[in-house]
Amino acid sequence: MTDPTAAAAGSTATRDSESYVIAAEHVEDVVAKPGKPRSLASDAWHDLRRRPLFAVAGSVILLLVIVALFPGLFTDADPDLKNLAHTREPPSGDAWFGYDLQGRDVYARVVYGTRWSLLVGLGAAVVTVLLGSVLGIFAGFAGGWVDGLLSRIGEIFFGLPFVLGAIVILTLFRNAGVSGALPIVGAVVASLAVLSWPVAMRIMRSAAIAAKQQDYVKAARALGARPARIVFRHLLPNCLAPVLVYATIALGAFIGAEATLSFLGIGLRDPAVSWGVMIADSRNFVRVAPHMLLFPAGFLTVTVLAFVMLGDAVREALDPKMR
Amino acid sequence: MTTEETGHLPEPPLLEVDGLFVEFRTRDGVARVLNGVSYAVDAGETLAVLGESGSGKSVTAQAIMGILDVPPAVVTGGEIRYRGENLLAVDENRRTEVRAQGIAMVFQDALSALNPVFTVGFQIEEQLRVRLGMTRREARIRAVELLDLVRIPNAKRRVRQYPHEFSGGMRQRAMIAMSLALDPEVLIADEPTTALDVTVQAQIMDLLAEIQAERRMGLILITHDLGVVAEVADRIAVMYAGRIVEHADAVSLYRRPGHPYTAALMESLPRLDLKGAELNTIKGLPPSLLNIPAGCPFHPRCLMAQDLCRTDVPTGHRLGLGRMSACHFAEELVRSV
Amino acid sequence: MGRYVLRRLLQLIPVFIGCTFLIYVLVWSIPGNPFAGMCGERPCPDSFIAMMTDKYNLDDNVVVQYFKYMGNLLTGDFGETFSGLDVGELISLRYPVSVRLALVAVAIEAVIGLVAGILTGLRGRGFLDNLVLVSTLFLIAIPTFVTGFVIQILLGFQWEIMTPTVSSEANWSELIIPGFVLGSLSMAYVSRLTRTSIAENKRSDYIRTALAKGQPQRRIVWVHLLRNSVIPVLTFLGTDIGTLMGGAIVTEGIFGINGVGRLVYDGILSKEGVIVTGVVVLLVLVFLVINLIIDLLYAVLDPRIRYD
Repeated sequence: MTDPTAAAAGSTATRDSESYVIAAEHVEDVVAKPGKPRSLASDAWHDLRRRPLFAVAGSVILLLVIVALFPGLFTDADPDLKNLAHTREPPSGDAWFGYDLQGRDVYARVVYGTRWSLLVGLGAAVVTVLLGSVLGIFAGFAGGWVDGLLSRIGEIFFGLPFVLGAIVILTLFRNAGVSGALPIVGAVVASLAVLSWPVAMRIMRSAAIAAKQQDYVKAARALGARPARIVFRHLLPNCLAPVLVYATIALGAFIGAEATLSFLGIGLRDPAVSWGVMIADSRNFVRVAPHMLLFPAGFLTVTVLAFVMLGDAVREALDPKMR
Repeated sequence: MTTEETGHLPEPPLLEVDGLFVEFRTRDGVARVLNGVSYAVDAGETLAVLGESGSGKSVTAQAIMGILDVPPAVVTGGEIRYRGENLLAVDENRRTEVRAQGIAMVFQDALSALNPVFTVGFQIEEQLRVRLGMTRREARIRAVELLDLVRIPNAKRRVRQYPHEFSGGMRQRAMIAMSLALDPEVLIADEPTTALDVTVQAQIMDLLAEIQAERRMGLILITHDLGVVAEVADRIAVMYAGRIVEHADAVSLYRRPGHPYTAALMESLPRLDLKGAELNTIKGLPPSLLNIPAGCPFHPRCLMAQDLCRTDVPTGHRLGLGRMSACHFAEELVRSV
Repeated sequence: MGRYVLRRLLQLIPVFIGCTFLIYVLVWSIPGNPFAGMCGERPCPDSFIAMMTDKYNLDDNVVVQYFKYMGNLLTGDFGETFSGLDVGELISLRYPVSVRLALVAVAIEAVIGLVAGILTGLRGRGFLDNLVLVSTLFLIAIPTFVTGFVIQILLGFQWEIMTPTVSSEANWSELIIPGFVLGSLSMAYVSRLTRTSIAENKRSDYIRTALAKGQPQRRIVWVHLLRNSVIPVLTFLGTDIGTLMGGAIVTEGIFGINGVGRLVYDGILSKEGVIVTGVVVLLVLVFLVINLIIDLLYAVLDPRIRYD
């Protein structure tokens, strides 16, 4: 009988076995996948691309962005052109969505309103996330009295009832004479951000605290890494995921919130006419001219839905537990 | 299997697994998790089931208890006989009846295996109240007795505490107490000491041995740790890739392993008298169960592998009284050492 | 535990002060003439202005103003509006209505949300699951006022099942539909949260242990699984009571409910700062206290949480 050790060294057995035996580096991949290991971000991206939820939501949003940037591509009509002869006319071949009280083409207004609704949502989301994240990482990482102070400040703003607080702040802006499209948008964005940043801060803070306690951070500290490096290289990548999910969903929520505020009469107004403004205008005529409400409300719903779905898809893709 | 093969007397063993086949149907394919597993345990006997992660030892235990996740797991063949009765052929009510009362199970991580929002006392007592119809008071008294039995000090106070308030070793004892509540005849311990310190490990193993002796229970000890097994086991079954590759009494197995895998496991044990030498390992990893190698499943990692091993699945070779090895060259291996 | 409560109460005070001060500043530091339009078309006479300034301490700087105001509040004096109405009385008339509305909303969202969540969490993929997921998605996406509008039109005007607006007494049965509207967003969250919680806990080790113990299936679900799964849901419901009380203004507006939200809204529009600050202070206090209670409740529900 042959010597067992000779049989092992460089024999056919080991060559075939490669397809069965997984190299020690890739213990996690029980089903051997060829290729180098991927980072969480590229893994997430690969996962996202395959999900129908993401594809649908993503394309809707992309379409909306195009509408916002190039409304002229989608309609020839002038959204501000008033023609009282057509007042409150229902949808027809000339005007797909009908006309509003002052005889303006509802379809054109919905198309042109896209940019204002999206702008507020995006602006508020960006400011909220930036502000909240910076404070959150700082609070989570620094700990101690800094954390205590920032958390208390966050609680102060969190304690303000949202709608009421927004009304107060926006009334302030209005009385201060803010006018013109962009300043009005800025005012609404500011009020939304001021009332929402504590949530973003809380998310970032707990992610930072959890990450801070991981062994790799302690190791980095022991190796003498400076705080800035630890924050940027080690904490930030791991804290991004929950904030990203929040940001996507918050974007949708902010678009809805802007509509609510406009409905109450203190959000956007002329010349920044968003879907919310259109809904507010339609308020008294809902029974006689429902198309004035339905179309902007429909667009609003679809948009918010798209962002919420996107947020759901992003969350599932980024959650390492569900892989 | 005849008396000569198993070393058992002609009456049916207390618990017997016979040719069990289990598959997991997953998105990536069908994983053949158990491929003809057979072993048996009798009253008063300790069977150790030894194997690496993924060998199928826990799945077999769960199949015995009937707690496999039934999709995706599917039992595709074999029988599980408890006192001669095939548990795979009875209805769910009978299956539930057998659980904890006939065959009980203790799990590896007591912290996650115990419900965190109920007291330890509650979790023991519910067995007594729900399944035996005891009153609260009777159940409480019995629960304290059981905690005493597993040598938890201050049982009366402990019975009202929550699992997270216990230390690791005490939690494991509490879980053992819970498993004994209905006086089972067979106890399956799935890696009961893996999560514990070495000193605590020894205590728990002693406790199990003592309880088993007192009650003449059959004990199936599932583990990957050869050291734990040596003291306690009467018989050892070694598993690899969903198969029993060797089956022997403890003494014979340690003295002369009859399968290359067993031999390699023994070689990999660190030894005090070989201080300073490099540790032996078994190269490579267990196969993916979605894609088990043809022939002998161990051949890619086997130092003795021949051409035959790549093509023919080894059948069980009888190596003597109650010994079996699934290797083409089992006899040579046993003789050569 | 006692020390924790004390510590939280102490933390609550600066937050309360900060929050109410912030609102006070926002309301009373509005640039512009606070008395504009109060005396008809003509500017107000000096005597009137002097009296008002004195009454509302407008000469003092904001901080002093604030403390004088809070001092009064603590003795129960909410002050008077510019037109002489007692704010305390106004609030005591309207606040119970808002509370009732919030309670109805929470009750509805709890019942429907929990049932939907439990059924879908247990059963997993299937028709019901998809139905619940899609409908909750819509509820999350559609702003409350659109839901309110649509329901009011359908049920109130079109099918005439309900009166479109609520009477001034606003008894419980009238508040069911507005409560449903108010709670619709949260209902979606509750059902999703319950569903996820149950689906996750269903696969945990202690459930496997209960199964191995031979416990009956029903008991495993209704005692072992539920008790664990329901913890995050109950805490959410608790905080929602606090949130809803402060945010019902839209629903109150649509259904004509004489609650505290509309009171504030009208107060802002008519520049009656005292109403705004009075109501908001009350709402903030209630919100903070409820949050504290819920945190304590969390420790009761989950024995692993013990505050020291």
